[in-house]
Amino acid sequence: MSGRFRAPSGGRVDRAKPVRFSFDGQSYQGVAGDTLASALLANGVHLVGRSFKYHRPRGIVTAGSDEPNALVGVGADDAHYTPNMRATQIEIYEGLVAESQNRWPSLRFDVGAINEAFAPFLSAGFYYKTFMWPPAAWKRIYEPLIRRAAGLGRAPAKPDPDRYTQVYAHCDVLVIGAGPAGMAAALAASATGARVFLCDEQAEMGGSLLSEKTAMIEGQSAGDWTAGALAGLAARANVTLMPRTTAFGWYPHNFLGLCERITDHLAGADPKLPRERLWQVRATEVVLATGALERPLVFPDNDRPGIMMAEAARIYANRFGVLPGNTAVIFTACDSAYRAALDLKSAGVAVAAIADLRAAPGGVWVDRARAAGMEVREATVVTGTTGRLRIDSVNLGKLGPDGRVSASETIACDLLLTSGGFTPSVHLFSQSRGKLVYDEALRAFLPGTSVERERSVGACRGIFDLEAVLNDGTAGGSGAAEAVGFAGAAGRAFAVDGDSVGSDGFIGVTPHGGDPSRTRAWIDFQNDVTENDVKLAIREGFRSIEHVKRYTTTGMATDQGKTSNMNALGLVSQTLKRPLPQVGLTTFRPPYTPTTFGVFAGQSRGDLFDPVRKTPVHDWAVAQGAVFENVSLWKRAHYFPKPGEDMHAAVVRECRATRQAVGIFDATTLGKIEVVGKDAAELMNRIYTNSWATLEPGRIRYGVILGENGFVMDDGVVGRMAPDRFHITTTTGGASRVLTMMEDYVQTEWPNLDVWLTSTTEEWAVISVQGPLSRKVLEPLVEGIDLSRASMPHMSVREGKICGVPTRLFRVSFTGELGFEVNVPAGYGRAVWEAIVAAGHAYGITPYGTETMHVLRAEKGFIVVGQETDGTVTPDDCGLGWTIGKAKKDFVGKRSLARPAMMAGDRKQLVGLLTVDPKTVLEVGAQVVADPNQPIPMIMLGHVTSSYWSATLNRSIALALVRGGRTRIGTRLSVPMPDGPIAVELVEPIFYDPKGARLDV
Amino acid sequence: MSDLAIRENSLGRLASVIRNIPSATLAVLPDTAKLLFRGRPAAVDVAGRAFGVAMPQEACRFSARGGRTAYWCGPDEWLLQAGGEASAALFASLDAALAGQSYSLVDVSHRSDAITLSGPEAAYILNHGCPLDLSLQTFPVGMCTRTIFGKATIMLSRPAPELFHIDVWRSFASYVWQLLEEACGEFA
Amino acid sequence: MLLIPCPHCGPRAELEFSYGGEAHIARPVDPASIDDDSWVTFLYERSNPRGVHAERWRHLHGCGRFFNVLRDTVSDTIAASYPAGQPRPALSPDGKGTKR
Repeated sequence: MSGRFRAPSGGRVDRAKPVRFSFDGQSYQGVAGDTLASALLANGVHLVGRSFKYHRPRGIVTAGSDEPNALVGVGADDAHYTPNMRATQIEIYEGLVAESQNRWPSLRFDVGAINEAFAPFLSAGFYYKTFMWPPAAWKRIYEPLIRRAAGLGRAPAKPDPDRYTQVYAHCDVLVIGAGPAGMAAALAASATGARVFLCDEQAEMGGSLLSEKTAMIEGQSAGDWTAGALAGLAARANVTLMPRTTAFGWYPHNFLGLCERITDHLAGADPKLPRERLWQVRATEVVLATGALERPLVFPDNDRPGIMMAEAARIYANRFGVLPGNTAVIFTACDSAYRAALDLKSAGVAVAAIADLRAAPGGVWVDRARAAGMEVREATVVTGTTGRLRIDSVNLGKLGPDGRVSASETIACDLLLTSGGFTPSVHLFSQSRGKLVYDEALRAFLPGTSVERERSVGACRGIFDLEAVLNDGTAGGSGAAEAVGFAGAAGRAFAVDGDSVGSDGFIGVTPHGGDPSRTRAWIDFQNDVTENDVKLAIREGFRSIEHVKRYTTTGMATDQGKTSNMNALGLVSQTLKRPLPQVGLTTFRPPYTPTTFGVFAGQSRGDLFDPVRKTPVHDWAVAQGAVFENVSLWKRAHYFPKPGEDMHAAVVRECRATRQAVGIFDATTLGKIEVVGKDAAELMNRIYTNSWATLEPGRIRYGVILGENGFVMDDGVVGRMAPDRFHITTTTGGASRVLTMMEDYVQTEWPNLDVWLTSTTEEWAVISVQGPLSRKVLEPLVEGIDLSRASMPHMSVREGKICGVPTRLFRVSFTGELGFEVNVPAGYGRAVWEAIVAAGHAYGITPYGTETMHVLRAEKGFIVVGQETDGTVTPDDCGLGWTIGKAKKDFVGKRSLARPAMMAGDRKQLVGLLTVDPKTVLEVGAQVVADPNQPIPMIMLGHVTSSYWSATLNRSIALALVRGGRTRIGTRLSVPMPDGPIAVELVEPIFYDPKGARLDV
Repeated sequence: MSDLAIRENSLGRLASVIRNIPSATLAVLPDTAKLLFRGRPAAVDVAGRAFGVAMPQEACRFSARGGRTAYWCGPDEWLLQAGGEASAALFASLDAALAGQSYSLVDVSHRSDAITLSGPEAAYILNHGCPLDLSLQTFPVGMCTRTIFGKATIMLSRPAPELFHIDVWRSFASYVWQLLEEACGEFA
Repeated sequence: MLLIPCPHCGPRAELEFSYGGEAHIARPVDPASIDDDSWVTFLYERSNPRGVHAERWRHLHGCGRFFNVLRDTVSDTIAASYPAGQPRPALSPDGKGTKR
């Protein structure tokens, strides 16, 4: 048998399939179809957790995703552990391991409950008031203490081994919620041929019909009708049924996030299956059939284990065949609790009394309860309860016409069921930015004006009668399909034989006659917020519900106040004597229920977190033992250490080889754009600071691009391949930015220019061969190109062949040495690279990485965009004033350069820095000041932008941007560092071969 | 001069591992000549005649004839693909025919590599990174478009109901391949 | 995620687009003739409305075209989408679509 409290028959569970699981180390037996909550209740376990702040013993309150108390950790090992799962949503499987949270050493004896003794100090906003003195104690004492005590559950310490996937999906009509309204909507919408998704957060579809025992639909029991409806939907090819799928977030233009739980309910799940799948659904129309949540009544000591929602108890009895107790007292303000009482009684639970807040309850359900022999106490409230780990008695009071409460009786029980009516679930509607309206008759916020293409049906818009719900769902489904453009939606009227439970209810704190400062009536179970806390907040001047919420934290727990928000609102309304809609409503935000990080990460983890862009030479560099660095998404070889070398040694060797013989460098990552058309030169003139009209085909020019704000945006060499064809190179990181900027001007400002842009970054592999012997290495490999000084001067480009494949061969140098950049179609990059390396072997060709590239360029004072520039640097600031074509009337950014601030003499300008001690290498980013002994904050004159050890010069070198730097050349400044100031001398920003003699060879 | 260098496909190594997943099969397409053509309307007609396949005027469509295919990429942009041809010769012949026109022709044969994805779950697999509605009603056979797959730009086309071609820039190709393999994982 | 109607390719997910700021801010034909204040206005000052906003988008991972969209910055409703260079369409009184 699966527990003492399992009824011998009834419900939708399979008693023939026992399931063993453990909770807090103890083994229990449930049956297939149980949730962890129903299985624990079947074993008589109500106590499942300790509360957040006071560590109060807490039990299962609901049967659904609105559960505030029964949060447990699940997982047999630390890698698979998930905290804060709702026991009411966990399907048990053989071997499930679950544990309670927020208790030590055990759930039944928890040391943290000492907080109860300090309750007077822990009221709303206590952390704003209590930990003020001494100020220094906050960081060292209070915060660490609070952090240790705060939070629910523990985070798993090991990486999550499960797979999670994300998939986009599209449908005509998305129906959220597979209760009667949602099923009817899906049936109606799919009958038109529309593509319909029907999702529901529960394992089994059917919603309230799964616990409906008496109502008959179309002459069938609710269970039979549901089975038939679902079978009919499943048979339609245009319908996708998505159980265990929570629609948790609504994003603009009907884009919804749905989380499908795939393996959490399985023992030994197929490892190829993802644990969860994120459905990113774009729906043309959405039908919300999200139902309503039962509202607790708030009264003193309303949080003991054994105090549950009446409808939840009905679900446990009817759907799971579980008796949540032996003897129940019901406290209600509506008829539905009578229906629950009747169902529980027929399942075998004794009903000791029904305390009804209403003065004169009547109608069919009350009559039936009385006829069944139940004691109905009118105008009666609960004034308190007793029982440490489980309720054992209820104190009732009589509510007089004047609102006074007089004690009446105490009733022994092990179950107290409460119902304050139902709150329509408008979370998703509100997320869609629809406007809510308050319905006085229903005491509920209902969907009002829509923003998105959606509609609500059934209980989530305040329709509770089953027949009306089904017909509303049908109308909504038909309407949605028609709105998409599908015709032929047939009107259908369902006939239901059953009695409505009406829509009475209560919002706020029930009258209890006690002193609120001594009694504790819990509003928000999960965050431990009481009536007293809310009243205190109001006494302290908080009026807006948004402020009360944040001050008291009511509604801010993981359940987002599903069961508590309306009562908090009602209490504020009662206390301020202001109508409830005027108090306002806090904003609903995604996710509807807590959602794993895993499903948000999806496939984007490990190697697939980002694309890793590799050049054709990458694998060769790996084989050579290169160390790589990330440059935007690219992997670039940073340096090529030989055995025993560190970076410093490798770079020194690579620099020497390149300066003295020949080095080879993979420059494939440079951005490349082909600019083609009759007006290509005109576009170049307008985009770049330089003048291009006079550049002949076969020649190269270094070009600078500014933003329209006048600051350097990108740079690179440009070859003119033909009168109407330019080959642009950009920085590695700037490739797409430059192309986008140029496309923008071509498309939107100068559409009449006959010029087109094509990205060729990935078309070409770029092999940079640099050094005095580079020509000797390449000469034997090329065909149809004369590399000689006379025929191919510095800054020229030739087309021909290398190693038998086409090449655009640039004679260009970013090192200050004779050099070539060999462009070949990327598929040949590896082969040509290896051929050049082989040919260079005799000359000591040395592969070098980005670090050596940087040292060599810094020795020559060549800037790197993003290092010497930061978006506030003009061409003149960084010594590139010479690139500006003076005769040009206009180019992008020119007008901005004429603004007074852009021409001020004390702008930061690029200079070279030589440390007085040549062995000291400055830190990039270090500040430059005049007097290191001045008081802090010092006047900062500039900062170091690049700094390296130069093997060539056998000393350190640095570039810096310094206020009025050019006028300070020859003077000394200081770089203050933690270990003391470093004296530096300002020099011209070029350290090696200033005349460029080494290029003219 | 040394011997003709060997052309490498960026997916060569990844694709050499054979995986038999009938519901979604991945394969690498052979290298082809690819030219990117952009130009004024007058040049578009000339280019179509010279190429032997008219540039589709309808957005997001491709036309094929013989081994040649013209893919619409944008209102003034087409990708011309020719299997088994040398791109230089194709470039020269089109360039000659277009003399005097306002246009741009750029050889992009090596810029991208191409993957085929076929099988009944192909669309579902693609939707693991591609936000398009890939139902046959909204993405019919004959459609092509640039779109995204995960964090990469791809050129997606559908030559048959259960067959997609994915053209992707070289350095993103292994990422796209691996992400597709990951998505195929639940059918492995 | 917005669903943005590209004038060429039809409605596409926002992921395929890049944002381009406020529309209809034309670069002065002769920047040299503009005084500093007017140039600063051109560079930096934007209307930033609460309500209908004419803004530029580029179908970056698509046809590559820049185009303009009228989007309500409160509701995200897109009332119109039109190629770059065309004038801003007048909205019908209910703000829901363009006048035909």
